[in-house]
Amino acid sequence: MSPRLYNEPSPLEVKILTRRFGLPNSQSIDTYLATGGYEAFRKALEMTPEEIIEEVKASNLRGRGGAGFPTGMKWGFVPRESPLPKYVVVNADEGEPGTCKDRLLMEHDPHQLLEGMLIAARAVGAERGYIYIRGEYRYLIEILDRAIGEAYERGFLGDNILGTGMRFHVYTHSGAGSYECGEESALLESLEGKRGVPRIRPPFPATAGLFQCPTVLNNVETFCAIPAIIRDGGKAFAALGTPRNGGTRLFCISGHVNRPGVYELPMGFNLLRMIHEVAGGVRDGRKLKAVIPGGSSCPVLKAEECDLPMDFDSVAQAGSMLGSGGVVVMDETTDMVRVAVRIAKFYQHESCGWCVPCREGTTWLRHLLTRIDQGIAKPSELDLVVEICNNMLGRTFCPLGDAAAMPIRSFVMKFREEFEARLRRPMVAVPDPDSLVVS
Amino acid sequence: MRFSEQLEAKFNQLISAFPPGRERAALVPMLLYAQDEVGHLTPEVIQEIAGRLRVPVHEVDEVVSYYSMLTRKPRGRYHIQICTNISCMLLGAEQLLEHAKQRLGIDCGEVTPDGRFSLEEVECIGACCWGPAIQVNYDYHHWMTPEKLDRLLEELRKAQ
Ligand SMILES: Cc1cc2nc3c(=O)[nH]c(=O)nc-3n(C[C@H](O)[C@H](O)[C@H](O)COP(=O)(O)O)c2cc1C
Ligand code: FES
Repeated sequence: MSPRLYNEPSPLEVKILTRRFGLPNSQSIDTYLATGGYEAFRKALEMTPEEIIEEVKASNLRGRGGAGFPTGMKWGFVPRESPLPKYVVVNADEGEPGTCKDRLLMEHDPHQLLEGMLIAARAVGAERGYIYIRGEYRYLIEILDRAIGEAYERGFLGDNILGTGMRFHVYTHSGAGSYECGEESALLESLEGKRGVPRIRPPFPATAGLFQCPTVLNNVETFCAIPAIIRDGGKAFAALGTPRNGGTRLFCISGHVNRPGVYELPMGFNLLRMIHEVAGGVRDGRKLKAVIPGGSSCPVLKAEECDLPMDFDSVAQAGSMLGSGGVVVMDETTDMVRVAVRIAKFYQHESCGWCVPCREGTTWLRHLLTRIDQGIAKPSELDLVVEICNNMLGRTFCPLGDAAAMPIRSFVMKFREEFEARLRRPMVAVPDPDSLVVS
Repeated sequence: MRFSEQLEAKFNQLISAFPPGRERAALVPMLLYAQDEVGHLTPEVIQEIAGRLRVPVHEVDEVVSYYSMLTRKPRGRYHIQICTNISCMLLGAEQLLEHAKQRLGIDCGEVTPDGRFSLEEVECIGACCWGPAIQVNYDYHHWMTPEKLDRLLEELRKAQ
């Protein structure tokens, strides 16, 4: 099958992971094999597990799921000598608002993901791999299952892979609607058939993951980068990016731009150039107001803060995060209070309710911001929003609480005048605010 | 309780994906696939799946209540899910949702009297760069406008 492209590619793209996008029958194993597919895996079969992990370390690949943890180091934590079975788990939950790249990687080039999983399996000695995919992506399960079937037929999966005696089986597994299940430990709970409630860590999945066994857990895009790294060498991949930030990354540019879309660009690509040259500039000739650089969990950047290289370290230095690659662009007409309310509503809905600071914090943030939006909040309530955020940060069981508090605090601090303008004016008659309940 | 042959095959495939003794791991997708066939998770479906996986019914109930795609209430034949999260919101998703409510004459969480449509406001569905985005059952519709929604609803009204 030849899936269509959702947006025109940009000439500024550097196509490593997306190089098969748009090819006829890009989903089929024949196309994959004809374009260098599974060569990296054959090469990996000749390498020792240590050599594979060294190559991944040399690539400076950092996790594409959000946290940016060095992938080679993570794989190195898996105790290969452990007698327990090992697992490879793909995080295809893609729930971070603003992010829609993993979907494309699976839709256009499913074998690239399978090859990445195979190389990981070889590196840690895993015999089973699971692709945990959000329930809404049902059509992708069909695509992946077909690709898995092809890989079995051609001997790339099974009990004696390519006659080498290596055994590896891959299964797709559907979620059923939960942002929290993208958090790695909640994902593992869900994959075990339970509510997606996070686990206490340590131990981390590398030592006690699925069924308490050593587990390599990475984002779809992270696995998809592995074949290129093994094929062309870690150094070559590293050289595409900036120091400590190897390779390219799929940026999802959405919101008020002329050509929204998913574009593969080198790490460190300038954010303003991304908006103006890759995505065609702000729509209707309007002025840029702000950007969320890495999905809705990341602090917002004001327009004047956007002249910066998009890699993990530079964005962190600018006070935000590169996150999942979801670049949400807002023009001068954007109502920041409304955006903050919508973000609060999301996290309140998705909080799993397990720990108090997150469950109560997100509920109160939504309640207070809604009151501010409605013009019925007292001035002290705006300070309370910031105070709640400060009290959530670092105090929740999993990072979902931070993911709510960080962007909201940044919106209030950076666009405070807009929030203040919405506060209750002392002389105006309004309904008793305390009688209003947020639905 | 019997399910269709395809669903039984799917169940077997889901269960055999896990090492012996770990059958419970198949629970979440089993519930979702069963719901797709039956329409919603009736007490009988929950009981049946609980029995097959040897999980206490109340634990299956706990799982059902956690996941937003799982429902015990019947939905319309076409379940209209409109994303209003930030990327879609910036492009008018909230107005689109209001428009859908008007057109369908129902609120979120409701079903039209003829059982054809139900409406839900959903969180990001992974189509942010092609929004406003909606899903009708599992089908994606990108770049939505109120006019496009009207045309789509018209088609679905006529569908057999
Ligand atoms: C609330 C929450 C939601 C997350 N959602 C996702 C997700 O949808 N996809 C993803 O790959 N990582 C997600 N993550 C990050 C994962 O916990 C984990 O860091 C990641 O999957 C590891 O893979 P990587 O090292 O390749 O990035 C989420 C984290 C949190 C706290
Ligand atoms: S925000 Fe609507 S699909 Fe992501």
